[in-house]
Amino acid sequence: MTLLDFARGPALQWSVSIFVFGLLWRLVGVFFLRTKVDLSAPRNPATWKGLRLIVLRSWPRKEFLGGTAFGEVMGYTFHLGFLVTLFFYVPHLLFFESVFEGLFGTDLEGLLGFRWPALPTAAITFLSAISIAALLAVLVHRITNPVKRLISNFDDYFSWLLTVAPLATGMLAYAHAGGVRYETLLGAHILSAEALLVWFPFGKLIHAFTIFAARGATGLIFERKGASL
Amino acid sequence: MSTPGQDIDQKFPLELNEPRFSVKDPKIRFDMQGDLSDEQRVAVAMRNFVKDFGRTAAIYMESCIHCGMCAEACHFHEVTQDPRYTPIWKLEPFKQAYKREYGPFALFFRMLNLKPKVTHEQLAEWQHLLYDSCTVCGRCSLMCPMGIDIATLISQARHGMFHAGLVPHELYAVAERAKREGSPLGATPKVFEDRIDWLADDHEIDIPLDKDKADVLCTMSSIEIMKYPDSVVATARVMNHLGVDWTFRTDGYEATNFGLLSGNAAWQKQMTMKLIDAAVACGAKTLILPECGHAYQALRWMGANMYGKPLPFRVLHMAEFLAENIRDKRLRVKKTGKSVTFHDPCQVARRGGAIEAPREVLAALGMELREMFPTKGTNWCCGGGGGVVAIHRADNLRHKVFQIKMDQIEKTGAEIPVTSCANCRQTFDDGQAHFKWDKTMHSLLELVADNLVEDDA
Repeated sequence: MTLLDFARGPALQWSVSIFVFGLLWRLVGVFFLRTKVDLSAPRNPATWKGLRLIVLRSWPRKEFLGGTAFGEVMGYTFHLGFLVTLFFYVPHLLFFESVFEGLFGTDLEGLLGFRWPALPTAAITFLSAISIAALLAVLVHRITNPVKRLISNFDDYFSWLLTVAPLATGMLAYAHAGGVRYETLLGAHILSAEALLVWFPFGKLIHAFTIFAARGATGLIFERKGASL
Repeated sequence: MSTPGQDIDQKFPLELNEPRFSVKDPKIRFDMQGDLSDEQRVAVAMRNFVKDFGRTAAIYMESCIHCGMCAEACHFHEVTQDPRYTPIWKLEPFKQAYKREYGPFALFFRMLNLKPKVTHEQLAEWQHLLYDSCTVCGRCSLMCPMGIDIATLISQARHGMFHAGLVPHELYAVAERAKREGSPLGATPKVFEDRIDWLADDHEIDIPLDKDKADVLCTMSSIEIMKYPDSVVATARVMNHLGVDWTFRTDGYEATNFGLLSGNAAWQKQMTMKLIDAAVACGAKTLILPECGHAYQALRWMGANMYGKPLPFRVLHMAEFLAENIRDKRLRVKKTGKSVTFHDPCQVARRGGAIEAPREVLAALGMELREMFPTKGTNWCCGGGGGVVAIHRADNLRHKVFQIKMDQIEKTGAEIPVTSCANCRQTFDDGQAHFKWDKTMHSLLELVADNLVEDDA
């Protein structure tokens, strides 16, 4: 079995299984905890309006912008670059097609009722490079900024490594770099993405899901009081 | 045999006659209570931290990405640039314990020792971060891009610290005194009654006390009773002006809640229930909270949850009551024409939602409001909330933080600063004395009482 066969076969199955099981375990373990009914008389009875915090908190208030702009800009850059690369690169779309066909017996369009266009490879390459640059910038910031250095732990650095790895290996594979066989580079790229999937439920990457729950919960509580969102 | 609380009270008596209440000799400290072993303290701290842990708190604990942006919102970090004052770092031992002992992957974290055990030394060190350098003002909660309400988690961590016997001396002493005597500052029912008699005589004003039935129950903070008695008189003036059927009651007058500030939920409930029982006993339709920030949070937003059912009366902060009556044209005030700036008490405005009410009152007084920057929900805290003003060893740090407020106020160019929280006012008075500043903080209520339009005027 070649590295690529391993990456496309058992490693994929195991990593997806761990991802799904781990994700469910962690989210169920938190979301199914009890919650107390707030008996205070609400200032704003339409507390659901507090859910707007999910969107509002996507950008800091002007009062806070000065000290946070770097983190916000770099954060958005690597998140968007990563997601666009993941979902709009032709080989990725073909990969998803094959996975979905294998799992559900139908392609993306059959499953979702629509398909989305891929972006030109040059654009994806550019975005990947920008993402890697932004990730390097946030790493340097994490190491040099006294606040971030103090509060950082293993999870922060390991999650960073596993996030940058698929981008870096993807670019290496695309460039056929270093005289290594393309199949080996592709295998390494797929394995790096699988490593990200395996780690995803256990570390800080879970914020991809909990961010909406945390913002929503705070929004509901604060809106009830009429407190500042 | 005396109780531990009385021992503390006798060994380390409180200073009640100075402008800022605290202990008489702050050099002799007693920052560790009880006789638990180090291991027991850690276990008890963590057990009580997660005791009321529900879904929301757990989601918060799972969501932090260590971006460090909350540091930008914290006044203690702002003035020192000390990374230890990063709000989320103030919770570090509790985050550590949550992941290791209670989270969905606790077993995984323990087996691989990804999170080391919290130590007693760590908790003792964190006392400074959780009490001396956090006013629970919640500014960080507005900054967090994940939406984590860090201030609420700090309060839960204080629960753990209290039960572990790791509360700063002064805060424990006043909380214990409040639990034992009904007031943290010696404003016992007898003292309160005597003060009411004295103030009624001195100011020739009717101040009803212990009426069997009344539509409105007024409450005070002990800071006002002991340090700012003019607020008691101002309350009576406004109520009498409005002609409402009102009363103070000796069985429920103290609105401060040091159970909440120190982290003892049982004491918090005890203080809250006194107010609720008094209001129910006199059939009050409205309970008015004084100019006190945390009192508003304790009763307005937490009272019903302590009671176990919705409160059978309305709860209003004094500023809300004044604004409501100005809106309804029942309360008539003279125009003063002065320029003012308003300091938003964190627990009333940012975390309580009563942001516009005081501004409506100032507008009715014909005052030119010059807003600080930032203001309203993002206004800087005075630095004395959350019990910090009581802690002597935090004075230097608190005074540094206070410079932010002085700077904000000076930049407005307003003639007078106004607020609606006696604890903020006390912090301002202390800061004014320390820096020999020429600005004196004013009470919104007293401004209104001084400018009432009487019918026969």
